[in-house]
Amino acid sequence: MAGLSFDLIALQLFAGLALGAIYVLFAIGLSLIFGMLTVVNFAHGAFYMVGAYVGLYLISLGGNFWLCLVAVPLLVGLFGLAVERILIRPLYGRGIDYPLLLTFGLSYVMVECVRIAFGKTGYPFDTPEVLQGAVDIGVGYFPLYRLFVIGATAVVLLALWLFLEKTSFGLIIRAGARDPQIVRVLGVDVSRVWLIVFGIGTAIAGFAGLLAAPLQGVIPEMGGTILAEAFVVTVVGGMGSIGGAVLAGLLVGVVVSMTSLFAPEMAKVSIFALMAIVLIIRPQGFFGRAGLMS
Amino acid sequence: MTKKVIRAGSISRRRLLTTASAGAALAASSFRINLAQAQETPIKIGFPVPLTGPYGAEAQDQVRAAQLAIAQFNDAGGLNGRKAELVVRDDKLNPGEAATRTLELVEKEKVNFVVGSLSAAVQLAINNVTKERGIIFNSISQSDAINEATDFSKYTFHEALNPHMTAGAVGRYAFSKFGKKVAFLTADYAYGHEMVRGFLEVGKEFNIENLGDIRHPLGTTDFSTLLPRLQALKPDILCISNFGRDQQIVLKQATDFGVKKSIQIIAPLLSHASRVAAGAQAFEGVVGGCSFYWGIEDKFASTKAFNDAFRKMYDGKLPTDYGALGYGGVRTMLEAVKSAGTVETDKVIAALEALKYDYYKGPQYYRKCDHQSVQSVLVIKSKSTDMKNDSDVFEVISTEEPSEKSLRTCEALGHKS
Repeated sequence: MAGLSFDLIALQLFAGLALGAIYVLFAIGLSLIFGMLTVVNFAHGAFYMVGAYVGLYLISLGGNFWLCLVAVPLLVGLFGLAVERILIRPLYGRGIDYPLLLTFGLSYVMVECVRIAFGKTGYPFDTPEVLQGAVDIGVGYFPLYRLFVIGATAVVLLALWLFLEKTSFGLIIRAGARDPQIVRVLGVDVSRVWLIVFGIGTAIAGFAGLLAAPLQGVIPEMGGTILAEAFVVTVVGGMGSIGGAVLAGLLVGVVVSMTSLFAPEMAKVSIFALMAIVLIIRPQGFFGRAGLMS
Repeated sequence: MTKKVIRAGSISRRRLLTTASAGAALAASSFRINLAQAQETPIKIGFPVPLTGPYGAEAQDQVRAAQLAIAQFNDAGGLNGRKAELVVRDDKLNPGEAATRTLELVEKEKVNFVVGSLSAAVQLAINNVTKERGIIFNSISQSDAINEATDFSKYTFHEALNPHMTAGAVGRYAFSKFGKKVAFLTADYAYGHEMVRGFLEVGKEFNIENLGDIRHPLGTTDFSTLLPRLQALKPDILCISNFGRDQQIVLKQATDFGVKKSIQIIAPLLSHASRVAAGAQAFEGVVGGCSFYWGIEDKFASTKAFNDAFRKMYDGKLPTDYGALGYGGVRTMLEAVKSAGTVETDKVIAALEALKYDYYKGPQYYRKCDHQSVQSVLVIKSKSTDMKNDSDVFEVISTEEPSEKSLRTCEALGHKS
C-alpha cells in the first residue's frame, strides 16, 4: 500500500504511545500488587470489568462520568479490600500458586455474577459529551477522549509515585516489600499494609475499566484479553517494578502500532514476540528484581 | 458409570452408597413418571451456537427465536403428537469445540437434526461431522464455502445468506452511490475473506479502485493503530467486514477518530444485536446488509405473524436478524418433518428440497444443487433519530428480491448441473 508519509508515521507513533498509556494503566495495579505482595492477581481483569459495570450502573442511576471517576475506584477498591481480607489473607506464606489459583477462580465467579446481574449481552457506554470528537494534534486528527486517557494515566502515576516515595506510609510499603519480617519486628502491622496495597491495586484496575468503557463498550468478558496484555507488560517491565511497567507499556504500544502500519496481521503476535526477545536477553525484565518468584 | 467408579477406585464405599441411594430415590420419585410418559422420544434438534465470546449477543437471539419455532410446532400437536425439543450447546466460536459438541449431540443426545452455528469457519467444522454421520445440518450463519461441492453434501442445508449474496447486494448499492475508491478493514478469517472477495467481484462491474485491505485478528479490542492508516488512504468508502463485538468496537472507535466525516462506512452485514449493544452513535449512518429486519412487517404477513408470536413469547421484544435465522432454520426443518410425516433422513431431505416457504421474510426456497436458501437481501442504514422503539434501529433503503441470479451458478460451485 502506498501513501506512507512523515505525518502518518508520526501519527502512528503517537497512536502507539496513546495505546501504550492504556496498557500502562492496565498493568500498573497488577504490578503493584505483585511487587508488594507477590500475589499474582489473576482476577485483575475481572476487577477491571467490575469497574466498567459499576460506572455503567452509577450512570444509569443518574450519576455522571466525572463523579464516576472518583466513585468507581473507591467502590472497586473497597471490594478489593474485602477480597484481600476474606480470601487472600489466609493464603499468605503458602507459596505463590495458592493466591494465583484463588484469584483465577475468583475471576470466573465475578464474570459469572455480572452475567447473572446484567446479562450476557454488552451495553453501550457513551463518551462524555465534552470529550467527544477528534482534535488536530499537528500531524493529524486524534480522538480527544484518548488524549484524556493519557492525561488520566499520568495523574494516576504521579499520585502513586508521590504516595510511595514521599509519604511515610509509602516508605513502610516499600520496606514491607523488601523484608516483611524486619518490618514486623519493628512493630508495623504488615497485614494492614498489604490490605491497603491490594485495595489500591484493585482500585486502579476499576479505574482503568471505567476509562476503557467509552473506548469499547461494556461486556462481562472484557477483562479477559486485557489480562493477557497486562501480564506481558508486567513481565517485560520486570515483575513488580512500577517504572518498568510504564516503560514496557509504552514500548508495547509503540511496537503494536508500528507493526500495524507495516504488517497488521502480525500486530497481535508482535507483543508476544517482544516478550520472548526481552526474556531471552533479560529474564527478569527491564527493572525486575531477580528471585522474586522463588 | 459403575465401571468408571470401580476403575477410579478412589471413591469411598460410603460415597458410593450415598450416590446409589440418591439414584434410587430419584428413580422412585415423580421424575420417573415423567420418563415413563415420554416413552415416545421427542424429535431432537441439536443447536450448537457461540453463546459465550464475541458473538454471544447474536447467538442468544438465535436460541430465543428457535425456541419459538419449537413451541409453535409442539402447540400445533407436533408430528402426530410427537413433540420437538431443542438441545442447545455452546460452541464457544471455536471449530474444535463445535465439532466435539456436535459429535456429542449426535452420539449422546441422539439428535435427529442439527441446526445452528454463527461463524463461517465453525459451521464447516459442524458440517464435517454431520456429513460423516448422515445427519441433516441446516446452517444459520454466512458462508460461501458451505455451498461449494467440496464441502457440500446432500445433508447440508443453508438457511442463512452467503457472503456472495450479501456483499453483492451491499456493493451494488454502495458503489453506485458513494464512490469508487474503496479501502477494506477485514476480520482475518473465512467470513472476512469471503466478504471481501464478494465485494471485489461485484466491484468489477463498477470499476472500483481497491486502495488496500487491512486485516485484523478476530476478537480485536483496539483499532486505534489501524484507523490512521486507513484514513491516510483517503477512500470514498471504507468497507469493514467483521462481526459481533469486533463490529461494535470498530464502529465506535472509527466514530471517535472522525472517520465518518469524509468517508462512508459500509459493512456486509449490520447486526441488530450489535447495534443495540454499541448504541446509536457508533452505528450512525453506516450502510450494510441483513437477511431480516422486523420492520418489513408492513410488507409481509409472515413477518407480522412471526413478530407478533415473538413479542408474545418474550414480553413485547422484537426479533433480530440472527434470531430470525434461528427461527427459520428450525421451522423449515420441522415443517419438512411434518410434510414428510417422518424423521427419516432421506424423506426429510426430499421434503426440504420441495419446500416453497414464506415463514418470516417473504418467499424462499432451497436451491436443488447446493441447498442454498434463495431469498431477499435487505440493504439497511443505521438510524440515530426518529426511533419509535428500542428495536427501531435500521431503515431499509433497498431490497434485492429473491433470485438465483444473485447466487453463484451451480457449475461455478463445482456441482454437476
